[in-house]
Parts: sequence; C-alpha cells; structure tokens
Amino acid sequence: MRRTKMTTRIGALLVICALIFTLVNPPASRADSKLRIMTATTDLAALAQEIGGEKVEVESVARGYQDPHFVEAKPSFLLKLRHADLLIVVGLELEIGWLPPLITQSTNPKIQVGAPGYFDASRFAKILEIPTGQVTRAEGDVHPLGNPHYWLDPENGLRIAKGIQNKLSEMRSSDAAYFAQRYDSFEQRLKQADEKWLAEMKPYAGRKVVTYHRSWPNFAEHFHLDVVGYVEPRPGIPPSPQHTVELIGQMKRDGVKLILVEPYFDLKTPNAIARDNGAQVVVLMPSVGGEKEITDYFKLFDYDIAKLKQAFDATK
Amino acid sequence: MKRFSAVSLVVLFSVSAYAQETSSISGKHDTPSPGAASPAPEEVRIRALEEQVRTLAEEVALLRGELKTIRDTKLADPTAGDHLLLASTRMEPGVIPSSTPSTAAPEPVPAAQVAQTQTYGGATSNAKLLNPDISLIGDFIGTAGRNTVSPSRSLELHESEVGMQAIIDPYARADAFISFGETGVNVEEGYVTFTSLPAGLLLKVGKMRAEFGKVNTIHNHALPFIDRPLVTNNLVGGEDGIDDAGISLSRFLPAPKNWFLQGTAQVFRGDSSDVFTANRRQDASVVGHLRLYRDLGESTNIDLGGSYARGHNTAGVGSAIFDPANFLTNLYSADATLRWKPLRRAIYHSFLFRTELFWSARDQLSPLNVFQTQHAFGFYSDSEYRVNRRWTVGGRFDRSGRATNASLTDTGFSGILTYWPSEFSQIRGQYRYGHLWDVPNDRFTNANEFLFQFLFVMGAHGAHPF
Repeated sequence: MRRTKMTTRIGALLVICALIFTLVNPPASRADSKLRIMTATTDLAALAQEIGGEKVEVESVARGYQDPHFVEAKPSFLLKLRHADLLIVVGLELEIGWLPPLITQSTNPKIQVGAPGYFDASRFAKILEIPTGQVTRAEGDVHPLGNPHYWLDPENGLRIAKGIQNKLSEMRSSDAAYFAQRYDSFEQRLKQADEKWLAEMKPYAGRKVVTYHRSWPNFAEHFHLDVVGYVEPRPGIPPSPQHTVELIGQMKRDGVKLILVEPYFDLKTPNAIARDNGAQVVVLMPSVGGEKEITDYFKLFDYDIAKLKQAFDATK
Repeated sequence: MKRFSAVSLVVLFSVSAYAQETSSISGKHDTPSPGAASPAPEEVRIRALEEQVRTLAEEVALLRGELKTIRDTKLADPTAGDHLLLASTRMEPGVIPSSTPSTAAPEPVPAAQVAQTQTYGGATSNAKLLNPDISLIGDFIGTAGRNTVSPSRSLELHESEVGMQAIIDPYARADAFISFGETGVNVEEGYVTFTSLPAGLLLKVGKMRAEFGKVNTIHNHALPFIDRPLVTNNLVGGEDGIDDAGISLSRFLPAPKNWFLQGTAQVFRGDSSDVFTANRRQDASVVGHLRLYRDLGESTNIDLGGSYARGHNTAGVGSAIFDPANFLTNLYSADATLRWKPLRRAIYHSFLFRTELFWSARDQLSPLNVFQTQHAFGFYSDSEYRVNRRWTVGGRFDRSGRATNASLTDTGFSGILTYWPSEFSQIRGQYRYGHLWDVPNDRFTNANEFLFQFLFVMGAHGAHPF
C-alpha cells in the first residue's frame, strides 16, 4: 500500500513539475521593436544587417572562419534560436549536418521549416553546379541541389538582399520604406564596388587556379577565373597521394600558379603541391568574419581581391 | 502553357527563317546557273534542289524531335512555367548591369537556375519529393579472443538500421529507426515531435530511447565504441537500454546568463529490456532528466546531466507472500562531458572526455526469501582524441556492480582506434579487457578480446542532436 501511495505521489509530483515548466518563464514579450534575426552563416548576417539596419538584431550561428558544413549543434545556439523572429539559411543542404536538430529543438514555431520566419536564401540566388543525371556519393559529399557557396558572387548578394528586403517588409510593413531605402543604398554601393572589383580583376581574367574545396565557382565565374582542379579528390574527401600527384602534373601542364585554400583546411598538402610547382598558396576568406578586418560584405571581396591581386602579381 | 506556346513560336519562327535563308541561297544559285556553260544545267539544278530538300527534311525532323522533348518535359511539369515567371520577376531588381561579357545578360540564366532549384532537379524527381529521408546504416562486427562470460559471435551483421525522417505537417516532424538484427526486427525508435507548442514545450510521442544519461540516448552507430559500457549491461538494460513507448515533454528552464538548462519529463509503459517490466497496466515507468550546459569558450564546452528513472521489475512475480507490484527499480545517474574542438580546425582535431555514474536500487527477494533492496553502483569514463581528418584514438574504463548482486563488481578497459574513409563509412578496432564474474563457475575470469567494426551509411541520415 505504502508503495502504491508513493507511486501516486511521484506521479503527481511529475505532473506538477511539468506544469511549472509551462508556467515559469513564459516567453518574454518583445517590448523593443527590433526584429531578431538568426542566420546560419556570417555572410547572410552581413546582408541582413545591410537591409535591416538599426531595426534588426542579427547574429550568425557559424563563425566566418569555420567550415559551414561542420558546425556543432551546441545547445547555446538554442537559447538564441528560441527567441528569433527570422532564421535565414544558406540551404542546398549545406547545413544538413547541424541545423535541422537545432530548429526542431528550438521550440520556436516561427522558424520551423516552411514557417514565415524560415528564409532559404538559395531560392533567390543563381545556383551553379546543379548535378544532372545520376547523383551518387561516389562523387564524394555532393550537394544534389547545387553548389551552396553561392554567396561569393556580388550579384547573388544583391539578389539575396532583395529577398531579405521583401521578407522584412512583409514582417514589418511599417518599416517597409526604411528597408527599401536601405536596399537602394546597398544596391548603389554594391554596384559601384563591383565595378571597382571587376576592374581590379580584369588584368587577371582567365587565369587558371586550383582550389581546395569547391567553394569558389560563383566567385570564379563573376571575376573570370578558371578553376581547373581541386586539392580534394572529391568534395569532402581528404587529399590522397595519388590525386595530389595527378594535380601536380596537371598544374605543371596548365601552368597553374595559385592554390586557393579556405581558412579551415590544413595547409600541409597545398604547401607541398606549391613547393613542387613553384606555385603559391593563398588563404582566401569565403565568409565575412574570416579575419577580424572583414566586418561586412564589401570588405569580404576587398580582402579576397587584394589577396588575389598580390598573389597573381607575385607569381607572374 | 505560356512557355510552350512561346517555345513553339520560337521553333516555327526559326523554321521559317531557315526556309527563307535556304530559298535565298538557292536564289543565289539560280542566278548564275543559266549563265554557266554546263552540259546539263537542268540536271545540275535538280540535283542541287534535291540536296536542299533532303537537308531541309533532316532539319525538320530534328526540330520536330526537339519540339517533342520540350513538350514532354512541359507536360510532366506543368508548374515550371509559373516558377520561371515568379523567379524572373523576383530576379529583375537584383541584377547588376555590367560591362563584362558573362554578366552582360545574366537574367535568363539565373531564372532557369532558380526554377531548377525550386523544382528540385526536374520533373522525374517530383514524385519523390514528399518521400521521407531514408537511410540505412549497416553495422558489421567481428570478434576474436576469449570471453566465457558474455561471448559474442565471430562475425555478424550486428544491426541494419533503417531511418525514415520527415516533416509531417507545419506542427510536427517524425523520426523512425527500425533495426534489423541477426535475430529479428525491432522498432528502435519511432516518434513524432511537436515543434510548435506554446510555452516553449517540446512534446515527443512514440517509442524512444529515454533521456536517461548520455549513452542511453545514443544509437549504436553513433557511439564512440563498438560495444556498450559494462555498466549499461549490468544496470541499465544492455544494448537497448531504457527504450520504451511513451510520452516525453521537455522545456528550457530559467538559468543564469550563458547557462543552458533543460528539463525533461517522460512517462513510459514500463517495459524496457531487463530493467523495467510492467506486470499491470498501471506499472508505468517515469524518467526525469536535467541538462546543464555552458560554453567555456568558442572551442570548449561542458555538459552536465542528472537523471532519474523508476519502474517495476519482475523480482516479485510468483512470490506467494509479497505483492509483485511492490518490487521497484530506481535508477539515478549523473553525467559530465567536456568537449574541445577548435573552430578553425574542426575537421582535424577534437577531444572529448565523458564520465557517467549510475546507481541502481532494485527491490528483490534475497536467497532466504526476504524482501531487500539491492544498491549497486557503476560507472564508465571515456575519452577520444581526433588526431587528424581520418583517425581518432580513444579509451574507456569500466567498473560496475551487478544489479541483482552489488557485491560482484566487473571491471574492464578498452582501447579504440577509428578510421574514417569519408563521412559515410567508418572502420573501427577495439581491444577490450574484462575482469568479469563467471556465474556458473562462481569465480572471476579474465576476458581478452579484439573487436572490429565496419559501418556504412546509405542515403540521407538526419543529423544527431549534440
């Protein structure tokens, strides 16, 4: 009898606990009028900040110097996601390894997939390398929906910004004029900057380069670089001796003098290849925040183009 | 339809243009031919005309084929036209006019690309769009060496886990993991998660691994070792652990700044391996879990947990004196995990240290038929270090009493080496030593074993919670 009573008591205790869960700490009502935006990567955060200005509060889950394929779904991110009004993701399965459990566990109905606060930036961008025909993992970690590193083309940056402007205006129609004005200013500045970047890169048009991962197709297309090979034998597969030897041969044949490496990859193999070829390894930043001075979308291209120019001139 | 008519217009136009072009060419041929001093000008002309007719016929056949393909794709994907229209209108403001050749006409290309991403690759795959993400993980284990206490087979496809995961509706998602073992099929987990509840509640309903400590929640293929710790086998139900049908409710709790605190309360039917057995309908088991987490920096974090589980056991079944309903098992656990992973080199180096302590209080009858509560304790500690992108080394120490006889303490340790050819396969070796109680012979024996494992992943397996 004593036991059964205890059973009931513990059961009741649990129910009470559950109730306390629900009643204590109800989601704080937003007195301040800032929209809370969480983004998967820093580039999207930079674009959202350009459009949102002081009407938004933006934070990125991944850091700019981190491999966006392999972010840890830490519970600390849940604390930020649970209060977000808008979640902007890169999409194309870039974040498939870490974002879905964060979204599910965030207990935030606003940012669930398909909800109004879920914004997939890839829907607005020009996507390259969409595989056609059969897709298998014999090709490595392929992205069946296309290459997700699309933000490295200023035109895509502008398209995404337009999408963000529409989304923010829809969420805060009272500030629509503000967002439109911010977008116009961003468009103007970006067009000017883009002309400058294109002019700076013009002397190197058609130069052949090798990259570590397939992170640069949009960048290469916009600035007329010719990516002829990759340090990785297949996307996501670490370099193998055989592939490295082949790559060295190919670079010698084609006269490739630059190896572009993302900041999160080991430089041992690229350096070895460069030594063999008299080529140069350039650590380019694929994202805002990759280096301290890259604080916005403009500085990202400023930084990368300066690095490229310097390396091209050095390897002439 | 709009696009189709546009396409046919283009095709018709090009056909007529081609015809005009060829007629003008033949006209040119016409003019000089009368003046030419050839023996049979009529014959030459006819031959030339024949040649032209043949080329034209070929051209028409080719165009017809093209038209047919376009029409077929069109019919299979009636929505593509709308997408294209939407995409291109959306695209317009974002285009930077530029003097360079490739960016001179960027509009049509992005429009097509966006249409492609929106329809996910084309007409043929559209029918499969609503299928869940399906994956299969094969877990092949081989064992060599000596172990008389808990021998395993030399070679076995230990488990083939089929996972199906999908978003159900705007309010819920579901995950099912069906495990095909050597002896049968078992729904390892199958639950629906309601993600849009008020008050920050997360509700899971179905069969699931209970939130009891850490190792109990982890699927076999995601463990950092081939086997499970001794304490899991001795006190917490072995490989399946506490895995039962029930309801789970969790919520973030108020915590000091930068701390993450989550509470989970679960109610299960009360049947989990050999830990809990529901003899009657009201013998439900409960599990409570508190998780405390903090980032100690961008690379390091600490994860603490406390768990409690309670359910009925079978010790009193068949007893004439005692009511079987009074035989309970209470389990307590505490876990601590320290992780380090530098963000700039996340795929090359990481370190994890984890320890989990378990206490079991099991009501049972002593050999003299006296009601007693057996208090047993066990723990394991493990650590692993990722040496480079492909290799990980690890070790584990085990010590645990037995749930039914706490004075018998098994001890063991393991060394583990893991190799990753890619993200989707894994080869692992484990040396395992055990100092184990041999029940039939009534003495301790030593077990020395070498285990090896091949894991392979097919399809899209959803990410695991951190």
